[in-house]
Amino acid sequence: MRREVPLFITGIVGVVFVVSYFIPAAPFCYLDSKFSDWFSIVQACAIVLGALNLIVISTKKVVGRKEKWGYPVAIVVSFIIVIAAGVGGGREYMTTGTSFDWLYRYSYVPLSSTMYAILAFYVASASYRAFRARNVEATMLLVAAFLVMLGRVPVGDVVTSFMPIGARMSDLQQWIMDFPQTAGQRAVMIGIALGLVSTALRVILGIERSHLGGGD
Amino acid sequence: MKTRVIEIGVLVVAAVGCVIAYLGKPNIFGWHSGFVFSPTVSLIIIVLIGVSLLWMLIRTLQNRLVGRRIVFLYVGIAISLPLFMSITQNIVVSENVRDVYTALDELDPGEKVLVSFDYDPPSAPELQPMAEAFLAECFKRKLKVIIIGLWPMGPIQANMAIDTVMERMGLDSTQLVYGVDYCNLGYQAGNEFVIQRMGTSFEAMFGNDVRGTPYREVPLVKNVKNFSNIDYSFNLSSGFVGTVEWVQVAVSRYGLRLGAGNTAVQAPTVYPYLRAGLLTGLLAGMNGAAEFEKLTDFKGKATIFMLSQTFSHVIVIAFIIIGNVAFFRGGRKTALKGGSE
Repeated sequence: MRREVPLFITGIVGVVFVVSYFIPAAPFCYLDSKFSDWFSIVQACAIVLGALNLIVISTKKVVGRKEKWGYPVAIVVSFIIVIAAGVGGGREYMTTGTSFDWLYRYSYVPLSSTMYAILAFYVASASYRAFRARNVEATMLLVAAFLVMLGRVPVGDVVTSFMPIGARMSDLQQWIMDFPQTAGQRAVMIGIALGLVSTALRVILGIERSHLGGGD
Repeated sequence: MKTRVIEIGVLVVAAVGCVIAYLGKPNIFGWHSGFVFSPTVSLIIIVLIGVSLLWMLIRTLQNRLVGRRIVFLYVGIAISLPLFMSITQNIVVSENVRDVYTALDELDPGEKVLVSFDYDPPSAPELQPMAEAFLAECFKRKLKVIIIGLWPMGPIQANMAIDTVMERMGLDSTQLVYGVDYCNLGYQAGNEFVIQRMGTSFEAMFGNDVRGTPYREVPLVKNVKNFSNIDYSFNLSSGFVGTVEWVQVAVSRYGLRLGAGNTAVQAPTVYPYLRAGLLTGLLAGMNGAAEFEKLTDFKGKATIFMLSQTFSHVIVIAFIIIGNVAFFRGGRKTALKGGSE
C-alpha cells in the first residue's frame, strides 16, 4: 500500500492536469483547481518541514560537538532571531520599518549579495584559465562570447562607431542573441520537452517509481 | 603559513575598506557624494590599467604567467573604481526594451498591471533597478499596480523598490495610497501551480495581502477575479519559478499580456518566447535596466553600475586573450596548467 497509494494519486492527478489543459470544462477544471490548491498546501508544508529538519540536524551537531559545530550554532541562532522578529511583528511583519524588515535589509541582503558577488571573481579566473581556443567549436564560442560581451556594454558601440548603424557591436550581439542563440535554445527546449513528456508518461503510468524512494 | 597571513591581511584590508565606505555614506560623514574623479583623472586611471594589462601580455609572451590573485585584483578594480568615475556612457535603447515601454504607453490611467517579483537579493543588482524604474513609470502613468511574489523574498524586494520610488518621486502615503494605487499580495508557495490557479481565481491563492488584510477588503483587487482583469503584467525573475513558467501557463493558456525583466544569465532562455511573440518586451540584465532607466528618465543604479559592467567585461576579455596567448605560447599543453596559481 505504501507504494500503490502514491502511484494511484500520481496517476490520477497527472491525467487530470493533462486532460484539463485540452478540455477546460467540468469536472476537469474543478479538479485542476483543487489539485493546484493541494499542491500549494503540500509545498508550504514542505517548506516548514525543511526548516524544522535543518534545525534538528543543526541542533544535533551542536549538542554532539561535531566537526565545525560553530556553523550550526549560527544557523540555530539566526533561525530563532528571524522567527522571533517575524512572530513579534504580527501580521504586518513584512512591511517597512518592522524588525523583520530591518533584519532583512541590513543583514540578509548584504550577506547574500556578498556571497553571490564573489562569483564575478571566480568567473573571471575560470575564464582566464579554461576559456581556450582549442578547436574550431571552442573558437566559435570564444568569438561569440567576445562579441556578446562587448555588444552588451556601451564601449562596444564606441569601438565600432566607424561602422554604419545596424552593423555595430550592439547590433551584432543582438543578431547573435536573436538567431544562433535562439535556435540553439529552441533545440535544447524541444529536446527537454520530449524528455519531459516521456518521463511524465512513465511516472503517470507507474513505470517510473524512483521518486517513491526505497530502490526498485 | 605565508598564504594564511596574506589571506588574513586581505580580509583586514577588505574589512577596513567596508568600514570606510560605510562611514562615507552621505548620512554619516557625507564625503562619498563628493568623492568623484574628474574625467581627466578617470582617463589617466583607464590608461594606466590598459598599460598594466599590456605589460602582463608581454610577460605572458615571455612565459611568465599571471596568477589568479592578479585576476581577482583586476576584477575588484574594474568593479569598484568606476563607481568613483565621472565618465558618462551613451546607452542605446534596444527594441526589446522599447517594447516594454510601448506596452505601458498603450495603457490608460487606472488600468491594472500585475508585477511578479520572483527573485531574491543576489539578483537584486540587476533586477531591483528594473523594478524601481518600472514601478516609477507605472505610478507616473497612474496605473494600478498589483504585486505578488513566487519567491519568498520577492514581496520584500517589492517593498524596498516602492520605498525607493516614493522617496525619489517625492510621494508620500497620501499621494500614493496603499490598497488603492498599489497593493502587495505577498508570497505564495506552489511555483507554476500558483500561476495556474490564478488563471481561475486570484483570491484562492492570495487570501490576504502582506498587511494581513483579507483579499476582498483590498479596494484595488476586490473586483479582480483572474487574469482577464489584468491589462498588462511584468515578471522580474532570476530562475525557476520565473518568466518561462509565466509564459507557459499564464500567457499560452490564459492569454495574459506579459513583459519580463531577467538577469543576463537567464535572458537567453526566454529569447525563444520573445521571438515567438509570447513576450511583450524584455529587459535583459543590467544593460536592459539601464536602457529602461534612460527611456523612462528615471536614472538610477543601473545607469551608474553600467560603467563597472563595461570595465569588468573588458577586463575579462583582456584576461581571456592573455590566457589564450599563454595557451598557444606554451605549446597548447604546458600553458593549460598555467595561471592556476
